[in-house]
Amino acid sequence: MVAAIDRKLLRDLFNLRGQVITIALVCACGIASYASVLGTYESLLYARDAYYERQRFADVFAYLKRAPDALLARIQDIPGVSLAYGRILQPVKVPIEGLTEPAQGQAISLPATGEPPLNGVHLVEGRLPETGREDEALLLEAFAKAHKLRPGDHIPVVLNGVLRSFRITGIAMSPEYVFSVPPGEMLADPLRFAVLWLNQEVLAAAYQMEGAFNDVLVKLQPGASESAVIVELNALLDPHGCMGAYGRDKQLSHNVVKSELGSLKAMAKVLPVIFLAVAAFLVNVVLSRLVQLQRQQIAVLKAVGYRDRDIGLHYLKLVSVILLIGALLGLAFGVWIGRYFTDLYIKFFAFPDLRYISDPGVLGTALLVSVVTAVIGALASARTVMRLPPAEAMRPEAPAIYRRALSEVLKLQALFGDSARMVLRELERRPLRTLLSALGIAFSVALLVSGRFMFDSIDLLMNVVFEGAQREDVIVVFSEAVPERAMREIGHLPGVLRVEGLRVVPVRVRFGHRTRDVQLMGYGDRAQLRRVMDDRGRVYLPPREGVMLSSELAKVLNVGLGQRVRVELLEGERQKSELAVTGIVDDLIAMFGHMRLDNLNRLMREQSRVSMAALSVDPRRYGELRDALTDRPAVLGISRREHLIEQFKRQTADQMHVFTFIVTAFASIIAIGVVYNNARVSLSMRSRDLASLRVLGFRRGEISAVLLGELALEVLLGLPPGMLIGKLLAIGMMSGIDTEQYRFPVVISAQTYAYAAVVTLGAALVSALLVRRKLDKLDLIAVLKTRE
Amino acid sequence: MANPATVEQTVRYRSANAVLVGNALTKVYRMGEVNVHALRGIDIALYEGELMVLLGASGSGKSTLLNILGGLDVPTEGRVVYRDQDLTSADNDQLTAFRRDHVGFVFQFYNLIPSLTARENVALVTEIAPNPITPEAALDLVDLGERLDHFPAQLSGGEQQRVAIARAVAKQPDMLMCDEPTGALDAATGRIVLEVLERVNRELGTTTAIITHNAPIAAMADRVVTLADGLIKQEGYNSQKKPVREIVW
Repeated sequence: MVAAIDRKLLRDLFNLRGQVITIALVCACGIASYASVLGTYESLLYARDAYYERQRFADVFAYLKRAPDALLARIQDIPGVSLAYGRILQPVKVPIEGLTEPAQGQAISLPATGEPPLNGVHLVEGRLPETGREDEALLLEAFAKAHKLRPGDHIPVVLNGVLRSFRITGIAMSPEYVFSVPPGEMLADPLRFAVLWLNQEVLAAAYQMEGAFNDVLVKLQPGASESAVIVELNALLDPHGCMGAYGRDKQLSHNVVKSELGSLKAMAKVLPVIFLAVAAFLVNVVLSRLVQLQRQQIAVLKAVGYRDRDIGLHYLKLVSVILLIGALLGLAFGVWIGRYFTDLYIKFFAFPDLRYISDPGVLGTALLVSVVTAVIGALASARTVMRLPPAEAMRPEAPAIYRRALSEVLKLQALFGDSARMVLRELERRPLRTLLSALGIAFSVALLVSGRFMFDSIDLLMNVVFEGAQREDVIVVFSEAVPERAMREIGHLPGVLRVEGLRVVPVRVRFGHRTRDVQLMGYGDRAQLRRVMDDRGRVYLPPREGVMLSSELAKVLNVGLGQRVRVELLEGERQKSELAVTGIVDDLIAMFGHMRLDNLNRLMREQSRVSMAALSVDPRRYGELRDALTDRPAVLGISRREHLIEQFKRQTADQMHVFTFIVTAFASIIAIGVVYNNARVSLSMRSRDLASLRVLGFRRGEISAVLLGELALEVLLGLPPGMLIGKLLAIGMMSGIDTEQYRFPVVISAQTYAYAAVVTLGAALVSALLVRRKLDKLDLIAVLKTRE
Repeated sequence: MANPATVEQTVRYRSANAVLVGNALTKVYRMGEVNVHALRGIDIALYEGELMVLLGASGSGKSTLLNILGGLDVPTEGRVVYRDQDLTSADNDQLTAFRRDHVGFVFQFYNLIPSLTARENVALVTEIAPNPITPEAALDLVDLGERLDHFPAQLSGGEQQRVAIARAVAKQPDMLMCDEPTGALDAATGRIVLEVLERVNRELGTTTAIITHNAPIAAMADRVVTLADGLIKQEGYNSQKKPVREIVW
């Protein structure tokens, strides 16, 4: 049987249903964001760690020209190394049917023993190539899916200039290619990037690598220092044309996964806190009003013998029920969104068993957190309840004390009518609630801003990168640097309107004890297609002398203008020299050193050579040009800007639209929750005043103006700080991203601010209309009769 | 009405057990800048089974006195002793337990919980009292056995007050403290309410204190105490209690 006092609780809940629903929804958003984002985060983390563990994903990586197998034993002896594995890794072309340009590929050797000891493959289908077979290959699942290839099909591969056909024996995933980005690019492109695993002898024979390797994977001993091993490894490998060993964090696929996890974690921390803070505030507003209204009921309960703690608990239970309803709704919704998010990630990340895990810990924490929120929100009121002396509570509360509003003291009253004066006095009478309400609105605005700013940032990124910095139609990558005069030849190919050679050289830059392995870009004299551009779209010419560093690189090295950095080339003769830092630029992608092509070539002690060609092309003749380029063995890859832009948009669109939609819905719920609850509480506190005004002859519209004017003012007060908090949130959300890979500029357009303001105002308007209906139905006689 | 000469009755009440004794009770409120002396040193006792009426004008201190005797409030100075228990030094929890176990309250404005039905309002008390009668029996006692499941808003003022009385007596209290129980009612309805109190006092023998500013009501009491300005102005006994139905005001 339900105790009488609990019946009161249930009926109070029913009477407060409008407020119960709105507060529960705010809480639900908090719990949903917590369960979905944290759940997605943990699911990804779990899938990743389990996968890395199972496939023995390496800790340190190094790519080099060629080293004899004997060197592996010495690597193995480096303190801290648990296992070193050498393999052959070669960039290849895959001229597969259905693509206008051949796909880029990487061919990786499989040891004679079959399964590689590090970076193992996860077989999705089929089997490994049989030992000794020279025509069998294992294919990366992403590419196989994109081209609908199955075991038994054949795939053409150009190995060292020779076109060969391999029979696919199996389809595989690899921890190295969870996010399969072609080397040197930023975007996953499953259609145009293939990874093939071939038997060791096949690659060794094709590239004259018998008894040698050109790629090292190292597993560290537990607790070993990665940086110490990298230093030793570089020392061993440098004579063999190593481009610099690097840890997992710089491994392309891992880096992307890690960045994504970082953003998720940041969001999982911030979002729920906002919602739950707002929920606690609303609980506080509504409960303190309820306690005020039920003052005499509380007194009676005390008079008939209920203990202070029984009554305090009664109200605590009331709000706990509200928030538990919210939590349960939030959990159901959160698990649903979490599944959806996780499924979205399956499109981007190739994990063999990525699925949403509803961790009971997360769920339990969510419930606990909502109860704690209820308690925090209810604390002040519960204390009032418990301290209320029963004899005093029996008497009606003293009338509220009003003062002349500050604006009146400042003699501004002439500017306002009576209604405005009442609004201002009311707001100034309870500054804390006004402030917190405005803050609640600000959070709504902030969420909307943070949910949409990525569109702006991506717009900017696209603008700077594709309209300003990389204006070529086609970029041609050579397998080895070619003499610059080859550009003249390319310039005569069909459809080429303009050609510019570019040199890209991997280097190790050192300043003091800090070093980074980056790329030096060399630009021709009159470069127009590839340019250096900062995040505001300003174009920089490469300095006449010395090197211009990406600001992020300058920061990492802690080097300033005019200082000199040591540069060690990681290819060719590996010359070491010094370069003056003559410029620093806030560019957006990765970390580069920008130089003039002639200076770079001088540094290389080479005649003028280029490693890439940027082309401006007549689109009608692109087909001819492609055919002419595809046949050249020196050409490793061709990529079209148009295609990159499309790829970029596709990759970001899906996820962002969903995210923006969810955040917009959540933020609207906050705005409605804040405005509606404040309005209801104001209405209940002031219905007597308002009814009196009606009796005195005020019209409905005029008394609405008094009440809704307050709300409007609170909403307007919330807009500017909301925009500011939105920007901070955006910065916080981006903090998980590795700025050494690319800087994601946090820019927020006027449209985004306007969008946030309009949605919030719209939500506020909806709540105001709901309350307006109550106001119009105000029963004058009944209100005036009630004591109070 | 009051007849101090009735020695026989004086002896009868003095020799009976005093249920509750208050000595030298003073109460000072602080209202803004000024101190208000609501009680200025009052000695008073409540005796087993009696019906006492506290008469006094508004502001005479009678509600304050009743609240202190009922354990709703504490005196600024003085002692309150219930049987062997000194309530002066009782803490909040002890006072609550005292009210829960021994005192029934009836207020001028009924103070029912609007979200609970008549039966549930009574159950609110029977669920926590040590020795209650059922809510239904209590409501029968005030002739509301038919309106068990009505909410306060569906009951007239007199009916609401009877529910409040049922709520007060359902725990079978040692004392019933009634603060202007007819104050918000018209005379006819007020009479019905007083008849209920009279019956409870007579049939259950519950010690009853009734506050009123309405002098004729004092005729129903065994003893009448008149307060003015925080002091007892007059105390006396009715030789002949008048049945409520004969009282006119």
